[in-house]
Amino acid sequence: MAENKVKKVAVNTKINGEEMDILVDPYVSLLETLREVVGITGTKEGCNDGNCGACTVNLDGRIVDSCLVLGVEVEGKNIETVEGMATPDGLHPLQQAFLEEAALQCGICTPGFLVSAKALLDNEPDPSEERIRHWLAGNLCRCTGYDKIVKAVSKASKESK
Amino acid sequence: MIKIFLPYKIRETLGVPTEIEADGSNLRNLIDHIEDAYPGVKEYLVDEGKLKPGMSAVIDGKTTRLGLIHKLDNVSEIHFLPSIAGGSE
Amino acid sequence: MVSTSENKNYKVIGTRPIRHDGYDKVTGRAQYGADIKLPGMLIGAVLRSPYAHAKIKSIDTSEAEKMDGVFAVMTSKDLPRLGDVVRGNSEESGSEKHLSENVMAFDKVLYKGHVVAGVAAKDQNTAFEAVKKIKVDYEVLKPVINVDQAMAKDAPILHEDYTGDHLGKKVKNSNVAAHARHEVGDIDDGFKKSDLVVEKEVDMQTVHQGYIEPHSGTAVWDEEDRVKVWTSTQGSFSVRDSVSKVLDLDVSRVKVTPMEIGGGFGGKIPIYLEPIAAVLSKKTRRPVKAMMSRTDVFDATGPGPGGKVKVKIGIDSEGKILAAYADIRLEAGAYPEAFIEAAAKCVFSCYDVPSMKIDAYDVLVNKPSSAPYRAPASPQVAFATETVVDEICEIKGYDPIDFRLMNVAEKGTRTALGPKYRTIGLKECLEAAKNSNHWKSTLDSNPSPGKKRGRGIASGYWFNIGFKSSVNLSLNPDGKVALTEGSTDIGGSRASIAMQAAEVLGIAAEDVRPSVVDTDSIGITDVTGGSRTTYATGYAAYNAAHKLIEEIIEKAAIKWDISEDQIEYSDGIVKSKTDSELKMTLKEIADDPPGGPIVSSASVDLEEAGGGFAVHIADLEIDEETGKTDVINYTAIQDVGKAIHPSYVEGQMQGGAAQGIGWALNEEYFMNEDGVMLNSSYLDYRMPIALDLPMIDTIMVEVPSEEHPYGVRGVGEPPIVPPVPAIGNAINDALGLRLLSTPMKPSRITEALKRKK
Repeated sequence: MAENKVKKVAVNTKINGEEMDILVDPYVSLLETLREVVGITGTKEGCNDGNCGACTVNLDGRIVDSCLVLGVEVEGKNIETVEGMATPDGLHPLQQAFLEEAALQCGICTPGFLVSAKALLDNEPDPSEERIRHWLAGNLCRCTGYDKIVKAVSKASKESK
Repeated sequence: MIKIFLPYKIRETLGVPTEIEADGSNLRNLIDHIEDAYPGVKEYLVDEGKLKPGMSAVIDGKTTRLGLIHKLDNVSEIHFLPSIAGGSE
Repeated sequence: MVSTSENKNYKVIGTRPIRHDGYDKVTGRAQYGADIKLPGMLIGAVLRSPYAHAKIKSIDTSEAEKMDGVFAVMTSKDLPRLGDVVRGNSEESGSEKHLSENVMAFDKVLYKGHVVAGVAAKDQNTAFEAVKKIKVDYEVLKPVINVDQAMAKDAPILHEDYTGDHLGKKVKNSNVAAHARHEVGDIDDGFKKSDLVVEKEVDMQTVHQGYIEPHSGTAVWDEEDRVKVWTSTQGSFSVRDSVSKVLDLDVSRVKVTPMEIGGGFGGKIPIYLEPIAAVLSKKTRRPVKAMMSRTDVFDATGPGPGGKVKVKIGIDSEGKILAAYADIRLEAGAYPEAFIEAAAKCVFSCYDVPSMKIDAYDVLVNKPSSAPYRAPASPQVAFATETVVDEICEIKGYDPIDFRLMNVAEKGTRTALGPKYRTIGLKECLEAAKNSNHWKSTLDSNPSPGKKRGRGIASGYWFNIGFKSSVNLSLNPDGKVALTEGSTDIGGSRASIAMQAAEVLGIAAEDVRPSVVDTDSIGITDVTGGSRTTYATGYAAYNAAHKLIEEIIEKAAIKWDISEDQIEYSDGIVKSKTDSELKMTLKEIADDPPGGPIVSSASVDLEEAGGGFAVHIADLEIDEETGKTDVINYTAIQDVGKAIHPSYVEGQMQGGAAQGIGWALNEEYFMNEDGVMLNSSYLDYRMPIALDLPMIDTIMVEVPSEEHPYGVRGVGEPPIVPPVPAIGNAINDALGLRLLSTPMKPSRITEALKRKK
């Protein structure tokens, strides 16, 4: 309705190294902003209430559920999504390890796991199994039972050393 | 002769013994022979010239996918059973 | 790995190549249901009933229609009213009327979350606002939310117009949609002769498949009355069938393009939003996409049936089972089909029993219409049977594996439904369990203070369906092969299907490129479910590859002007048997072959693959004060027939075990007496997270199926069957407590410990 019309907000942000200006409704989540405004759909919605981790992105070095962050909050920030992990030279070691270890079945949770695991390995190059399980506790997977995901993260940590 | 086992509810409704015997060159033929001996059975098994939806025929441990045209060579037993809904990964 | 087959020299089968769709899935490129965006697309939203049971007196959509940005509003008046026609002999049963009513309520809402109206708007926010403006006048009725309430005298009736089938009698005004019975031998005599009879009743709560991707549906209805649907589904052809029925269109007017699917486990076989998106598109002539929230998914889709199962087993003084009886009451939800025939087939499937009787009840309750959930109804009945067996072993001091081996079902054993087993591998699984490091290890029974440890074992079964699949192959000019198929890929089936074609052709797995295509581009293919995909679609790929070789030989014969019987093919080379000069690679023969390109196609309609059995061993550590249970060791043993891609077979075993562990310890629909689910979020439903589980060890046993050229059995479903009883039995081992209800959550454990004292 016209009288309730809320104005869009201009936001300047950096996504996977690319600086961009976007217009966002102030009530829209970062998840919806990425998917609908920016148009990159690798970040997935599983629950939209911060419990599944499928929408995990890296915001200024910290992993967040993008469904719990507003699009307007990312002004001046640096966002990394799954689309930013591989380079023109090839896959990130985590992506390669996920493929080799068969750490995905349906694959819907995979982007969130990869972004979470990358943040772990960026700070701790050689995490224990227990540490990996703690770190990934915010990411739900219903297909694998986590076994092969934990092994893939462990493998990537050893190979990137 | 082939041993035939009908579903409980058909046996109960029509008073058919647990195990009966019949012969037939194919399933259609066999059901006709059962019908001769136990009138009323066919209506439970056949609909519009096909095995009735929801009904399956297990021929020596294998559920037929051919239905009434399934040829019966060297068959020892057939179980007519309600077909089963399936699940998944 | 334990293998009873002589190890054939496979080149591709049994290897672990990177799956063909893997790169798209680790980079975020893969397009799932909600990822589709079409030009001019509108967003659909639905209004759901807040009541679990109510009559719809009237619906007023006028305020919603007036809103800016709203393009269309629909109710069930916009859907054809369908008669009570029973659907075909496929994996879904039920009537067209029920199929349609479940998409959108006509006269009555039967569960909280039942859809009553739909809106198409310019964006999601507008659609949600518009939905709130729809006014529905309900006459609220009392709901029934479990089998006891539904079967009670004077219970409120869900379907006044429905005729139930009670052992062949037509019964009106009952919530029991069906009562079925199976009998083998004389159980009265069997129990009379028994030395020991043990009986238990278990109570399983309703659970959800829990796939991470919520449902969505996108559709375009064009001016020629053709409907295009994009959706995340386990079966594009079953969506085509269902959508065409609900919309009363010929199937050829509906084209379904399957998107990548973010988990299903059976729950993505039914349709929900697709026909609504289609009708909204008809009204607007624009593409419409509708999506569910997580709460919608819990409230209105899935669930795996809860219910009560009573099992009684009698043994003689030697420990041989003489008689077994089961009373199975499962929740169908709002519409019939609680998989009671599957339950009957599975309940005593692991044992050779001379006399058996099963009564099974398909019970209507005010919950969402039950969908298949991984080996539907088998975990429910296994909990009862495997608990009784464990109790027998405890009373008599039998080793639980030896007792199972003494009574093991094998080839020729008569099953409860009557037919005899063909080749199965339960015995081999039990022997593998007995020889496993896990079973041979001793469990430290004195862990940290205040904690107790226990070990449990259980077995389980699923029968693996066959049905229809189609595959097309095309030899490209570079000598590689394009494979098109209709089986949507939930967990690596592109790879396991392509590998079977590659094996036949003697080329690398990577050189067969599989694509999952829409319903206009491939022959009919039944759902990815029932553990049928690698078996049936793989079989079609096997046949298509053999036909491709015939084509290759035919073309080579024309090219060389010799007869076909002088030509042989192996490992990517076609050559003359007599003239060593005549030889071509696939690339060479594919370069301008005489008479046109080299293509082939094959379809199958298969019988069951022969059953799959699993045996699981669980070690638990339980905190006696808090009741918290940790799974500390877990081993899953399974007869997989032949593992095509062992990594993804292990993945199925581990994933099934994890779901079963969640079912055993945490998961349930926690409902109030009004039939409202109070824990309809991931936070409160609480599926297992990485921290809850140990590594899940797998032992693949290979007893090849007689029905498949490589011996494939379905592997997806058996692993969810043993976990619930294995964990129940381990709790009993630790605490001396038989918990007979799921979930065996901390409060149940502490209460039971209190009662015991």
